[in-house]
Amino acid sequence: MSAAPAAADEGGTNTLTIATSQQVDSFNPFVAQLAITTNVLRHVYDSLVTVDPETGQPAPSLAESWESSDDGLTWTFHLREDVRFTDGEPLTADDVVWTFTTMMENEAAAVANGNYVTSFESVTAQDDHAVVIELERPQATMTSLNVPIVPQHVWEPILEEQGDSFADYNNEDFPTVGSGPFVLTGHDPGRSITLEANPDHWRGAPGFDRIVFRYYSEKDAAVEALRSGEVSFVYELTQAQAEALQSAENIRVNIADGKRFQAFTINPGAVTQDGEEFGDGHPALADRTLRQAIVMAIDNQEIVDKAHGGQAVAAGGYIPPRYSDFHWTPEGDQAFPDFDPEAANAMLDEAGYERGPDGVRVSPEGDRLELRMHVHQDRPANVNAGLILVERLADVGIEVRNLTVDPGVLSDALFAGEYDLIFTGWTVNPDPDYVLSIHTCGALPVEPGTMQGDAYFCDEEYDELYQAQLAEYDREARAGIIHQLQEVLHREAVVNVLAYPNIMEAYRTDHIASIRYEPAEGGNIWGQDGYWALWSAEPAANRVEGSAGGPSTAVWVGVGAAVLVLAAAGGLLLRRRRATMGDRE
Amino acid sequence: MRYVAGRLTIAVASLAAVVVAGFFLFRILPGDPVRAMTEGREVTAEQREELRRQFGLDQPLWQQFLDYASGLLRLDLGMSFQYREPVAELILNRLGPTLLLAGTGTVIAALLGLFLGSRAGWRPGGRPDRVHTAVALFFWSVPTFWLGLLLIVFLASGRGFIPGMFPTGGMVDPRTDGLADTVLNTAWHMVLPITTMVAVIYAQYLMIMRSSLMDEKGADYLTTARAKGLRDALVRRRHAVPNALLPTVTLVFLNLGQVVSGVILVETVFSWPGLGQLFYSGLRVPDLGLVQGLFVVFAASVILMNLLADLVYPLLDPRVRP
Repeated sequence: MSAAPAAADEGGTNTLTIATSQQVDSFNPFVAQLAITTNVLRHVYDSLVTVDPETGQPAPSLAESWESSDDGLTWTFHLREDVRFTDGEPLTADDVVWTFTTMMENEAAAVANGNYVTSFESVTAQDDHAVVIELERPQATMTSLNVPIVPQHVWEPILEEQGDSFADYNNEDFPTVGSGPFVLTGHDPGRSITLEANPDHWRGAPGFDRIVFRYYSEKDAAVEALRSGEVSFVYELTQAQAEALQSAENIRVNIADGKRFQAFTINPGAVTQDGEEFGDGHPALADRTLRQAIVMAIDNQEIVDKAHGGQAVAAGGYIPPRYSDFHWTPEGDQAFPDFDPEAANAMLDEAGYERGPDGVRVSPEGDRLELRMHVHQDRPANVNAGLILVERLADVGIEVRNLTVDPGVLSDALFAGEYDLIFTGWTVNPDPDYVLSIHTCGALPVEPGTMQGDAYFCDEEYDELYQAQLAEYDREARAGIIHQLQEVLHREAVVNVLAYPNIMEAYRTDHIASIRYEPAEGGNIWGQDGYWALWSAEPAANRVEGSAGGPSTAVWVGVGAAVLVLAAAGGLLLRRRRATMGDRE
Repeated sequence: MRYVAGRLTIAVASLAAVVVAGFFLFRILPGDPVRAMTEGREVTAEQREELRRQFGLDQPLWQQFLDYASGLLRLDLGMSFQYREPVAELILNRLGPTLLLAGTGTVIAALLGLFLGSRAGWRPGGRPDRVHTAVALFFWSVPTFWLGLLLIVFLASGRGFIPGMFPTGGMVDPRTDGLADTVLNTAWHMVLPITTMVAVIYAQYLMIMRSSLMDEKGADYLTTARAKGLRDALVRRRHAVPNALLPTVTLVFLNLGQVVSGVILVETVFSWPGLGQLFYSGLRVPDLGLVQGLFVVFAASVILMNLLADLVYPLLDPRVRP
């Protein structure tokens, strides 16, 4: 990792401008929920561990090294000794201890990252640069503790002063004090967020002097701003936008391997943890054979080609192939159920689902197979996939009522258990523990409406395997168990992954000379788990920036043109008026 | 005096109805703010509960309403979930840009519409009438969003041989400093949004002026004026137009509601940091505190404008004086 000193010697400042649309909830790292703020804060505060930009595996950050006891319950993190906060104070073990302890003791401070400390028993400083974490039970995310470490000397007084209203403290006393490669220096709500480089960062100074996020409510407008050069980088493009930008000058479109999966789940019968049934899912869906037949009717490649315009990868297991060691592909004996409509029809015939006179099957209990399907209307790829599902399920004698609805309606139906088929999707982090945990029996709702998961899935074998992978710290062995977990999910056909959509983003090559993807091959720029992209980005050599604020020549051209047009129109009007006056008098 | 008191009572009653309706209306909205805000985040059930508690959503509905209503009496609009800031503060911060955009846009649209309408209405069926009416109705029926994007594509993004002359969005370049530069830069940012807004709404002023003038055309006082030997243009300007203006005044006030909805769209296309953008971002969550606060403010301003129109009208037109 070579340090990248800034090339700001021409006197100007190099600014990297990013188009964004999401509003800021809070820059308080204990509270921030939204992607925009958690991403910004990742550049302002270091965490103990990051991910390696080449491989995507856990890599040192504030912690140079770490070790765990044999039972995996005691973890020692050894901190770098050369880290200072931007106010000059050194970062020591006490700051780490205070950050974690605050999250453990104060509920309001656990809102953002409390999930990382649920199994923590204690966090103590062994010496100035060693932190010991004792666990109550094994926790898989110990090598991906993506928690911003804050300076105790700044935050302790804030916590005391704010007391119960700590959650409302939004950390906008600029410049903020952190140890990360950038310093937060300004926020103008709905207009911009500004970060300045921290030239003394222990990893080396960032390439750009300043990062500015500018607000564009509409992605299409942001794309135009990229074309005009007002912004240097736009993320989360649709397939149509990415394609249109491919041919634009000085713009590079980056198509990265997806972190998300697109899936639909089948309601197997909503129950609480105590086994109380609720909701109104179609009773026949409790039958695994029917669920498998539904899966076998659908060709994931067709979903990729038609619903995503080719910008996705047809799904195998639950974890996207980007995480190569955890990813699992149904093959050989485990391939069942795979796309095979004929076999699906045969299976249903055999299981007693007879076709009625209109071609729609009826379950052995006499229920007609007419299923509701909830689709997010704000996600084009889901809407398109929904249309394909309707057709394919008709092929096996199942009628689908397509409910393309507002995400709020969809979420209400899910939590009330009032659905048959429903779309879902998750962004999978480098450590897949969370997305696996939501399908354990413990994620079922305590009472209707409070579900932790998103599928009412509960399976003993799955739970045993889940517990086993938690306690398995050997990566390869754990990956093996995670493969088995995906196999169970695939076989039970409640959670059915369709595709892994590509990440699409674009930047101007005449603003940015180079920028690091994470991972290096097929990686993305926005939403990295580290801060590699913005830290590594180098300004283009001949980047000529308009001096701050001065209107460009284009303004004057525009103003001049407007004045000319007005003058011409005025002149014309006057002449006409004179002419008619002559007529009338 | 009784007239004024009556109007005031009606205004206050409508405002109360708006407060109640606004509160329950947005609570019928599908979706759950906490789930929406934590969507895709790896949160535990406890974290969600804590958020629910912080937002006051763990309280029974009637309690939430009482808190909200009593807050309103103290001019406290409550907290936004999403921004974690008092709603009143958020609205105040965004009010300026919206007033600037909506105010300038309305004034230009009204002036343009009234001017062209007076020309069109003077000779109904004539060429100016046909041209102005057709053009105005064309823009009136164009979707605001589409027109805005079209302007961005052709005048801002710099495609092909057309240079990017105007900014694609925002109100002022964040790097601008100094008053003169800020004013100039803001004016430059306003060109496209104002053009869009004026193009879409000037038709209503034109049409009302046109029909109002057509009504006046046959009036006896015009015959008198002509009999005095006044030129046609003078008859129109000095005699017909002032009388025809009356109904349009009411329209300008009554149209505030439409200006508000139009401004939401224009602000969204052009990323204008005003109330419209705030409302749009609030609806996506749904950020109950924010949207109901904005709803009350929007409704209150429309009610206020109606009240003003009611109060101003008798001053302008002696005939409606009680």
